[in-house]
Amino acid sequence: MAEFRLPDNSRYKDVPGRRFKASPGATRVRTFRIYRWDPDAGEKPRIDSYQVDLDRCGPMVLDALIKIKNEVDASLTFRRSCREGICGSCAMNIDGVNMLACTTAIEDVKGEVRIFPLPHMPVIKDLVPDLSNFYAQYASVKPWLQTRTPAPPDRERLQSPTDQEMIDRPSACILCACCSTSCPSYWWNGDRYLGPAALLAAYRWIVDTRDEATGERLDELEDPFRLYRCHTIMNCTEACPKDLNPARAIADIKKMMAERQY
Amino acid sequence: MSLRSPLGRVLGHGSAREGVHHWWHLRTSSAALVVLGVWFAFAVLTLPDLGHKTVTTWISRPVTAVMLLLFVTVATWHSALGVQVVVEDYVRGKGARVLTLVVVRFLHVLVGVAAAFAVLRLALGG
Repeated sequence: MAEFRLPDNSRYKDVPGRRFKASPGATRVRTFRIYRWDPDAGEKPRIDSYQVDLDRCGPMVLDALIKIKNEVDASLTFRRSCREGICGSCAMNIDGVNMLACTTAIEDVKGEVRIFPLPHMPVIKDLVPDLSNFYAQYASVKPWLQTRTPAPPDRERLQSPTDQEMIDRPSACILCACCSTSCPSYWWNGDRYLGPAALLAAYRWIVDTRDEATGERLDELEDPFRLYRCHTIMNCTEACPKDLNPARAIADIKKMMAERQY
Repeated sequence: MSLRSPLGRVLGHGSAREGVHHWWHLRTSSAALVVLGVWFAFAVLTLPDLGHKTVTTWISRPVTAVMLLLFVTVATWHSALGVQVVVEDYVRGKGARVLTLVVVRFLHVLVGVAAAFAVLRLALGG
């Protein structure tokens, strides 16, 4: 059967977590409960608690993580880069929802801030998931322009403003994996289902009017698992930190599949 | 542990070039079931009573028999397609998945044929 429970070595309730108190005199204290797992320690994961004085911390969850790493516990491991929602590195599960730590305000989370790695992915360390399969799925849809007609010698390939609008939003995907890792279908069959992020990327090239491989792209997606594991659950659209709509893109791909049959 | 690259694993055996018919049949059969289901509920509710004689007389009418045959056939077909999706979603392991799919399909054929036989027997006054 599909894995509904975490494997024994992934359960975090068996190992007591460490607690780090805020410095005396802290006025506005929030507790961050963070998933910790060190592959070299040979232990099960645990949840560590860190009290952070919000008066001495930036407003976003990523600010708190960086403060904890810099001032409290340098072993805390997470990905981050741009801190403005464009690189997609700091995607994690915050308060039960996949989002970017850099664009999530601490104030918007009620009570303790619970931070886990993206769900149902192998963990490399702490909040860093292994996204090798996710990136391979993205590469598998050939996310680049494919043409047979040679490019005009004196200018770029032209596209009308209306045509550009069709790829405008899907092109804004930052590959943070919030959508794919929020999708139950991807949890159960992520090895064969491409997931919303890769399918949104495929859609972006399918509707690109400059691309001449639309048929081949649809051929490659027509598969009970690659495409049709999507059951329109819509978690992907709900999770997207860039307000994109992968569920709509997948539905449009399915419609195109049907249209070329009849 | 396999040393095959992630991309090699994702590309696997390539696309099955299948799925659109399953998807289309699931949706068209569900649309048909809306019509047939409403008809069935309406017809049963407007029967004067649910006694054996009333029901067998009702089923023996040609229109009723044809509609009932359509109803059980489409319902069985729709269920077979839907359960196939559930099995593909949740049953892991290639052997277990294929075996479950075959067993489930056989069961649906059995139920469908039995239901059609029951309707025909009542309709033709057996």
